[in-house]
Amino acid sequence: MSSGGDGPRPLGQRKVADVACTFCGCVCDDIELTVEGDRIVEARNACVLGKAWFLGHGAEHRPACLIEGRPAPVEEGIEQAARILVEARYPLVYGLSDTTCEAQRRAVAIADWIGGTVDTTTSVCHGPSGMAFQSVGEVTATLGEIRHRADLVIYWGGNPAESHPRHFTRYTLMPAGLFVPRGRKDRYCVVVDVRRTKSAAAADLFIRVAPRRDFEALWTLRALVKGVTLDAGRVEADTGVPLDVWEQLAQRMKQARFGVLFFGMGLTMTRGKHLNSEALLALARDLNQWTRFVAKPVRGHGNVTGADNVVAWTTGYPFGVNFSRGFPRFNPGEYTAADILARGEADAALIVSADPMANFSQPARQHLARIPYIALDPKETPTTRQARVAFAPAVYGIHTGGTVYRMDDVPIPLRPALESPNPSDEAILSGIEQRVRELLFG
Amino acid sequence: MGTSSTSAAGSSRTPFVLIAGRTAAQGCGISEGKSGERYTAETTCLQMAPEDLARLGLRPGDRVRLASPTGEAETVVAAARPGELPPGVLFIAYGEVSSRLMGADTHGSGMPDSKGLDVVLEKLS
Repeated sequence: MSSGGDGPRPLGQRKVADVACTFCGCVCDDIELTVEGDRIVEARNACVLGKAWFLGHGAEHRPACLIEGRPAPVEEGIEQAARILVEARYPLVYGLSDTTCEAQRRAVAIADWIGGTVDTTTSVCHGPSGMAFQSVGEVTATLGEIRHRADLVIYWGGNPAESHPRHFTRYTLMPAGLFVPRGRKDRYCVVVDVRRTKSAAAADLFIRVAPRRDFEALWTLRALVKGVTLDAGRVEADTGVPLDVWEQLAQRMKQARFGVLFFGMGLTMTRGKHLNSEALLALARDLNQWTRFVAKPVRGHGNVTGADNVVAWTTGYPFGVNFSRGFPRFNPGEYTAADILARGEADAALIVSADPMANFSQPARQHLARIPYIALDPKETPTTRQARVAFAPAVYGIHTGGTVYRMDDVPIPLRPALESPNPSDEAILSGIEQRVRELLFG
Repeated sequence: MGTSSTSAAGSSRTPFVLIAGRTAAQGCGISEGKSGERYTAETTCLQMAPEDLARLGLRPGDRVRLASPTGEAETVVAAARPGELPPGVLFIAYGEVSSRLMGADTHGSGMPDSKGLDVVLEKLS
């Protein structure tokens, strides 16, 4: 932890530089925090979401462990949690996108020991894109490469102005790059969406695609890039956009020196899902016949990309992995949390830094409320309120160190600014794993 | 844009396409606490095109009921920024209302339909 800063500052204040913000997948690692006692009072360089994240932390004010709503020693919570998981026949381990890679690794190990299913919030985020990667691959680049090279930046089905406020300024549109030295003036930006979002205001061109017609629009572009002649009336009826708009965009894409397609959950959460992502990835791949073109999903949670990486390097699959036969099996729809809960299959769950009681469908939430489950979350949420055992761990990136992956798969070390009396996710999960092994093997 | 029908209770029911999504206020509300005022206000406020508000005789702050094939929820309406939403499309920040309207079926993908939902809007008196 480094202290620095210039000029006089109030007595009792200290500064912590080069802190990584773990609120969203940008993982901006240039934040300078001002700390007074056990509070962060300023987060310089942070966006509106980052400021709320740093200034709103407060795990130290909650008991580290609650069992059936009553404060309890952490050790007792670990014992109860291990017994719930060992005694279950079809346990689910879910969440993982807002914790460190070190903690994620422990959660996967627990799922493995108990023969359960491990799934992450990726399945209700860019899980369909993960399926598409397996179908058509991913022509990719780091955000650093994009910052220095991209002269055509396209956002499709995403609103970074509100979900990732520094994406434009830190990585894609505004900064001067090695091959785009004039910054914004050297780049052309297109936003494709159903809504004219706040992001559209930053674009040179906004294209309003008809709701649930992204698949048709992307295949229109694929056809045009390949030189296929299309019927103008049919294209406009299918996409809500005149053919000449798509023709001009296809031409611009082929003429770019370095193009990038960023895509959001406007593709993955709507009709078509993985087929939408597949169409976009295939379009980026096709364009490499003419120029350099890459595609990147814009990821939401601070370490959801780490969850994909950790689950993939420990099991061979990125999410939705089942161990009930003693080896990992992958099948979205069968081993994904939204399905397992909605079908009433899981008989216990370990929820790590996720809030399915707020985000899942009614049938899934109703089933989760019926089964014993353990929840780890620094904040009180609808999920922690109904947990049999609820842990309030220290906040990753604020109280604890570790590793997270930025949305472009670049690992970034965390630099905690504060200490917490509460244990980390990793410590709690390590304790549960150890006790699970003792209960299983003596 | 769909045509209105009339419910058994006599109120008008109009079909829309609902999009749920992230907003900055909803994101800040997560960090401040989901029981906080900002998160609750943001995730229970339905944005409509001003043309749709006028067409249905609604004013910002009026209460409506939304029903999807799998659930229903009540919420208040607000006018979207001019030009943000095309007529016939609604927007709400992710939260309790959007989750209640979301179906459980993921069609073998793990992802429930969460955007572009067919809903019916009914004005509450």
